[in-house]
Amino acid sequence: MEQKTFNYKQIQERPERLAPGHRMCAGCGGTIAVRNVLKALHPGDKAVIGNATGCLEVSSYMYPYTAYEDSYIHNAFENAGATLSGVETAYHALKKRGKIKEDYKFITFGGDGGTYDIGLQSLSGAMERGHDMVYVCYDNGAYMNTGIQRSSATPQYADTTTTPSGTRSDGKPQGRKDLAAIIAAHNIPYVAQTTFIGNMKDLYIKSEKAIYTPGAAFLNIMAPCPRGWKYDAPDIIEICKLGVETCYWPLFEVIEGKWILNYEPKKKLPLEDFLRKQGRFKHLFKPGNEHLIEAFQAETDRRWEELLTRCNA
Amino acid sequence: MLKTRMSGNEAVAHAIKQINPDVMPAFPITPSTEIPQFVATMIANGEIDTEFIPVESEHSSMSAAIGSSAAGARTLTATSSCGLAFMWEVLYVAASNRLPIAMAVVNRGLTGPLNINAEHSDSMGARDSGWLQIYAENNQEVYDNFLQAYRIAEHPDVKLPIMICQDGFITSHAVENITLWDDDKMKKFVGEYEPEHYLLKEDEVMAVGPYAASGYCMEAKKAQAEAMKRAKKVILDVAKEFESITGQSYGFFEGYRLEDAEYAIVAIGSVCGTAKDAVDALREKGLRAGLLKIRVFRPFPAEEIAEALKGCRAIAIMDRSEGYNAVGGPLGAEVTAALYRAKSQAEVVNIMYGLSGRDVRVEDLEEVFDNLVKLGDGEKVYNETCPYLGLRE
Repeated sequence: MEQKTFNYKQIQERPERLAPGHRMCAGCGGTIAVRNVLKALHPGDKAVIGNATGCLEVSSYMYPYTAYEDSYIHNAFENAGATLSGVETAYHALKKRGKIKEDYKFITFGGDGGTYDIGLQSLSGAMERGHDMVYVCYDNGAYMNTGIQRSSATPQYADTTTTPSGTRSDGKPQGRKDLAAIIAAHNIPYVAQTTFIGNMKDLYIKSEKAIYTPGAAFLNIMAPCPRGWKYDAPDIIEICKLGVETCYWPLFEVIEGKWILNYEPKKKLPLEDFLRKQGRFKHLFKPGNEHLIEAFQAETDRRWEELLTRCNA
Repeated sequence: MLKTRMSGNEAVAHAIKQINPDVMPAFPITPSTEIPQFVATMIANGEIDTEFIPVESEHSSMSAAIGSSAAGARTLTATSSCGLAFMWEVLYVAASNRLPIAMAVVNRGLTGPLNINAEHSDSMGARDSGWLQIYAENNQEVYDNFLQAYRIAEHPDVKLPIMICQDGFITSHAVENITLWDDDKMKKFVGEYEPEHYLLKEDEVMAVGPYAASGYCMEAKKAQAEAMKRAKKVILDVAKEFESITGQSYGFFEGYRLEDAEYAIVAIGSVCGTAKDAVDALREKGLRAGLLKIRVFRPFPAEEIAEALKGCRAIAIMDRSEGYNAVGGPLGAEVTAALYRAKSQAEVVNIMYGLSGRDVRVEDLEEVFDNLVKLGDGEKVYNETCPYLGLRE
């Protein structure tokens, strides 16, 4: 199932399934996630793409134009999981009755708002029922479509429009929810966390596994948003790398319940290297706020250690 | 043809068995719970091969139904009360995507206070969602209506989702005589679902559920509104064909001793059986009483209702759903508007009855007719715009 060799050029030469001309922002991480996940579909294989309401949906399927080369369905904000479980079940029903002949894969995309928060129940239901589908969360850590409001995926201390930093506020008080672990607790065949690293090999391999593993699969992709995170758009790849090298965003898989760490930095970088690049954490670098970075570092370390324990168990 | 006895929920399940739809997502809620239970049992015993999705909520059951229907599968679900309210957002999505989903609605009041009994506040709350709505007086009607549902909803001139409604417990659970039609005749009548476009269609890709800016949205809504108008003819055509097979006659509404009636009750659902008894009793006494029982509420047959009521001196419009608008209920508002447009001179009163399953007796409705006579004579009978029937003093 897994490609023995990964040839970046060959993969990127596959026809685009998200056509150019959509209206996503320049440098949008969500778009990179969608393009690369869909590249993992083997050429010629058919798919139905689902989508929760969000930046991606309103920018990629504006009537009368669609950017999707495959069949596509958007329903609402909180129900991408349930919607695609309906499509997938219809596929089995029609196949069984001889009304359709071809094979299909089912992949749905949601932002962290539609996945971690308002769509969590629908996602949990779809995963628990074991539909043969992939749910992809492009996690940009806030409700970007409505203008950068905090979500449960927003990291601690981030400045958002509903957790603004100010004279009496350090930004978001709470840490982020560990959604990949929550979905792993559904005991589905495949869960993975990834981001844009190197030549997209990690993202490609995990997408391919997720798509071609029978049953429910979940991918959590850190997909930075230049507007919400407040960085220079070309810095996206460096920010993703720092997310991984600081162990803020570890790369791992959970295959049939077994936790596997995919990458361990030789020398773990301090979290502030990741934070410094982003305007949403600017207030943390003001004199007197050192303790906030320390606290964030301690929590990141604790979570990393917990992950190592899970992976080495 | 088989004459037997069953409850309204069993009757719907029997229609589902005869149709054998492709997909049913559902979540239990009293008093509709039996319907998915019956379907799951029929699947477990190999009587039908519908795919059942045991979703984790009604919002997901309608969301999955939308996905399934868009994918090209004949799809249904069932719900009641809060379950229907929980679907509210996506009811509009189903209708605007023109997906002919059938939903068995077993009417029950919306919470506040929590109550599980018959009321129409659930489906009346969804009356503007773009769904067709057909109501039943008894188990025979809900069975027959469900058999006609897909023929109406899937018709190329319509392509809209449809609610087949019956009153919680009063008909859903009460066992009554029923005539079941032959499987082969009903399979032939309902036919195969062959949508024009769908997500899984070979050699075609399709996108469903766009964002549409102001430059396009209004046209989509107008097209949807026109489909609702066109549904009127389709509903009558399908009813005529159904009648040719079964002998059962259906229209937008049933007029019971209405032709020469001077005093009429307009109502929906199981209360109409009680109203017929009241009409008969008063006719015995020489009063020209009649009933207009609404079957089709969406599309609303406004002109036809006004025409059927044109000989009446006084009319009581019975609502089993509060409008909380300080004036009355939804049926009261729509029938009154229909009469106004038809320049009716009849005295009209909107009466609230049977909320949260409050019992309605023949005597209660006889009293309504007595008051209609007084109203027709110009007497002031009621102190409020929308009096409550059977309220504890």
